[in-house]
Amino acid sequence: MSAHPKRTGADASAPRFSTISDMEIAPLYGAGDLPADPSVIGGPGEFPYTRGPYPTMYRGRPWTMRQFAGFGSARDTNARFRFLLAQGQTGLSTAFDMPTLMGYDADHPRALGEVGREGTAVSTLEDMIELFDGIDLAAVTTSMTVNCSASIILAMYFAVAERHGVPMAALGGTIQNDMLKEFIAQKEWICPPEPSVRIIIDMIEFCTREAPRFHPVSISGYHIREAGSTAVQEVAFTLADGIGYVDAARGRGLAVDEFAPRLSFFFNLHNDFLEEIAKLRAARRLWARIMRDRFGATNPRALMLRTHAQTAGCSLTAQQPLNNVVRVALQALAGVLGGVQSLHTNSMDETLALPSEQAVMVALRTQQIIAEESGVTNTADPLGGSYAIEALTSRIEAEAEDYIRQIDAMGGIVRAIELGFPQKEIAEAAYHFQRQLDRGEKVMVGVNKYQLGDEPPMDLLRIDPALEERQAARVRAFKQARDQARARDRLTAVRRACRDGENLMPPLIAAVKEGVTLGEICDVYREEFGVYRDPAWL
Amino acid sequence: MKPQRTLRILVAKPGLDGHDRGAKIIARALRDAGFEVIYTGLHQTPEMIAEAALQEDVDAIGLSILSGAHNTLFPAIIRLLREKGAGDVAIFGGGIVPPEDIARLKADGVREIFTPGAATDEIVAWIRANILPRGY
Repeated sequence: MSAHPKRTGADASAPRFSTISDMEIAPLYGAGDLPADPSVIGGPGEFPYTRGPYPTMYRGRPWTMRQFAGFGSARDTNARFRFLLAQGQTGLSTAFDMPTLMGYDADHPRALGEVGREGTAVSTLEDMIELFDGIDLAAVTTSMTVNCSASIILAMYFAVAERHGVPMAALGGTIQNDMLKEFIAQKEWICPPEPSVRIIIDMIEFCTREAPRFHPVSISGYHIREAGSTAVQEVAFTLADGIGYVDAARGRGLAVDEFAPRLSFFFNLHNDFLEEIAKLRAARRLWARIMRDRFGATNPRALMLRTHAQTAGCSLTAQQPLNNVVRVALQALAGVLGGVQSLHTNSMDETLALPSEQAVMVALRTQQIIAEESGVTNTADPLGGSYAIEALTSRIEAEAEDYIRQIDAMGGIVRAIELGFPQKEIAEAAYHFQRQLDRGEKVMVGVNKYQLGDEPPMDLLRIDPALEERQAARVRAFKQARDQARARDRLTAVRRACRDGENLMPPLIAAVKEGVTLGEICDVYREEFGVYRDPAWL
Repeated sequence: MKPQRTLRILVAKPGLDGHDRGAKIIARALRDAGFEVIYTGLHQTPEMIAEAALQEDVDAIGLSILSGAHNTLFPAIIRLLREKGAGDVAIFGGGIVPPEDIARLKADGVREIFTPGAATDEIVAWIRANILPRGY
């Protein structure tokens, strides 16, 4: 790829102006940089949705303020949820701990040292009940960031909703459930790509029928960017993953106009202000064209890319952490000017620990200031028609489309992942950026420029080390208290569905209700589908 | 004095999280700096890492931890190496580790911990100044 062109010739010593992705920027853009045909851009709420999915954008409906939260026990996280709702947050977003994300119960040896540390610990339906205790699941939408064990967490969520008297059809929310980007970037997995995609398609099929307000997958560029990709790679690999899911769902016989409206997206908001705004606009336009031209979608909701976004964790610095408040505000503003539907703003202390209550409140207030003080929400896509923004939008779209063509030529995204193509492209970009930082060609304020010697410590959130043993004991007691024969039968039914291709969701819901744990079901996945191992490409 | 041979370094990623951006960048930077580098890949247990260190006969192990499990994983790896008679393999690390944990881990035998923002050149310079091939 030509992402990082070698500089040769007479101008090699001239100053170079490029985005954080190292895309060169012209000194001035003008009318000649706009598409000749205005329908290439279109209007807000019009194909190809460059200017946003809705005609009135934030005048009609503000974005959802959704702070990602989870630490310690389910009870600890439930208290944080209630705090955030009391502060004016409008949706929930759940972070699970590493054992939950990788399909191990809290009492498993591989969970040692990790329980409740990067999110909340959920091994059983009892934990899930506690997590959502006292929260009106018919009134809030809940996002759950979980992937290889997502099918079990979703089954538990449906079981909790049933106990609250809320039918599946009334539940709104999103489960991340994007395994293709796990193999590419975030790297939490159980089984190889093919069975992983099969489980996802089971969930899409089930939700389309039974929980039509729920988004069964959130196709995520966030982690691709965090792993070090460029903005173009983020768009390209995310949409290539989306193509992979649409292909697989159509292969199951699902109609694109029926299931595609429930596909949602998740992008990163990094430091480069104009590039990020253009990236979101490019992603919407390219997706609309792909859905129409490649898949023949006609339902407008199947064509429009709707997205959550989160400010870039990797842009935050441990040095002079108060500066992170400013970074997050700029990134969030780029997201709003780029037209996102839902937003998480990172907390200033997140390079040091999970966020404290005070830090998370400043992050939420940042969104509220943008929404209610800045005035940028008064008109749809205020930067539409800007020469620079439209030029960057077209360029990111074209370069992302090039990548997608390369992936098509390899035989699709699953094959490209098996070949390590996106993984290696991202590692290359990450290394390139690190070398630019080391040479001072790119600046991180407080890190490679404007450093301070001594810095005052911040008050950080600490996880009680005794939590782990308490949680493990709780799981052991839960397993002893259930009806063992019935739990065994339910687990056998899950195994049967793994083998014969029956949709996994009904037996999973029945299993978690009977006390089968997340780790036990993931053990069945490991036995039936095999275990994926990191190819450890450098 | 014997001529000093090239250092062999195992870059290892213990724990359940998949944050391998740092580990991969360090592995490449160390290789570019002329060291022999072996990268374990993700999701390694302490046993797997100690075993790989012995099999590959390395002089040092660089551990990348961003999951918050450093207080469990570093000491477990050091203990296993000592049990296997390889207590002289130098251990260093990087990741999100609070200052008070760094002090405790150094007391347990971790030689250095690099936190977010460390430049690769700084890490290479530290290795050159502080790590000798085993047996020298």
